[in-house]
Amino acid sequence: MTNEAVILTQGLTKSYGNREAVRALNLSVGRNRITAFLGRNGAGKSTTIKVLLGMVRATAGGGTVLGKQITDKKANLDMRRRVAYVAEDKPLYGYMTVEQTISFARSFYSDWRTNVERQLLRDYELPTRQKIKQLSKGMRTKLALLLAFARRPELLILDEPSDGLDPVGIENLLQTLVAQSADGVTVFFSSHQIAEVERVADHVCILEKGCLAVDAPLDELRQSYRRIDLVFSFPAPEREFRISGVERIRTSGHQMSVLASRNAEALVERAHRLNAVSVEVAPVGLREIFLETVKEN
Amino acid sequence: MFYKLTPTTGQPLYLQLMQQVRHAAETGALRDGDQLPGIRTLAEELVVSPNTVAKAYGELEHEGLLELRQGLGAFVCVKRRTRSLANDVNLARRRIRDLIEQLREDGLLDAEIRRAFEAELLYAAEAVRKR
Repeated sequence: MTNEAVILTQGLTKSYGNREAVRALNLSVGRNRITAFLGRNGAGKSTTIKVLLGMVRATAGGGTVLGKQITDKKANLDMRRRVAYVAEDKPLYGYMTVEQTISFARSFYSDWRTNVERQLLRDYELPTRQKIKQLSKGMRTKLALLLAFARRPELLILDEPSDGLDPVGIENLLQTLVAQSADGVTVFFSSHQIAEVERVADHVCILEKGCLAVDAPLDELRQSYRRIDLVFSFPAPEREFRISGVERIRTSGHQMSVLASRNAEALVERAHRLNAVSVEVAPVGLREIFLETVKEN
Repeated sequence: MFYKLTPTTGQPLYLQLMQQVRHAAETGALRDGDQLPGIRTLAEELVVSPNTVAKAYGELEHEGLLELRQGLGAFVCVKRRTRSLANDVNLARRRIRDLIEQLREDGLLDAEIRRAFEAELLYAAEAVRKR
């Protein structure tokens, strides 16, 4: 695994009028990894992706995708040949049938894999002769995914790929992501499905109000985030626990609950030194990390 | 072999996979010369990143429990030392059983014992990691 960045931005900013959708974003996405891009609705995920792909012009700052400047029109065209993208709203031509849509897309790409197309068509049970406008939301999503997965890109960018899919569909999608990754494709995807992200992602970025609030390998988050629940025989000494790495402290009488993004060991030592009656250390799941991160602001 | 990775236990998935392979070798569920699934196959089966499987296999090879043969796959190599670990594990379980018995006699509830165990294990794991 190399650590070369396939996506790299410096101070990337996008404003709509007075509103900054993306604020001075420094994003770095490593090659040969599965990176999840999380955030609340309106946090700026889709805008970031559109700016990266050159579909929306940045207000300030810049960056590269696969080494190509995102603001350079010619470089952008070359980059788009090597990137497969599934948009949030899964835009497709409503008057075409599934079959027509596939052969239309096939004609654009030299990296198209007909065997994968046929396989996915079977797996997804898509009605080939039906018109797009008659498809359910889940079927539209599946078709949009097929159009991206049938290619052999260097980088796969997916904006809410599990939108409208049932649990079986989501499981299939994740398996395909894993298979793509095994083929050497770098995957960058936004999602609200935290439980699923927690299984497949190597790296997690959490966007909050246009800024990166969390940017870390998932294993690192797993190992360093801890919730420490303490009970004292006297009113909980909250001030003693305000050290670096402590994200949040809640106190109720003699009880205290500390959420730490690191330094859990030092906190436990401190608790023992202050003669805590009870010290409990528990791991913190990605869902909780996410909720705490977006709640803070 | 069946592997079960739990994303929310606070332990990296590759470490969980390593432990389960090790455990399988210790209990005899995996034997010397047995072949493990390829990285891609196991990643798809467990629906985890291929990097997770690759890292676990790499570390296990480093430990000498796996032999990775280019293009052929991963093979288990159980040395005598690993086999004696099975005895150690049995012994440890007996000691833990005795300790639990004692704690129950002291009036602790099972939930309390479990929490105490988990807290100490997490604490120990963190201390080792920092060293």
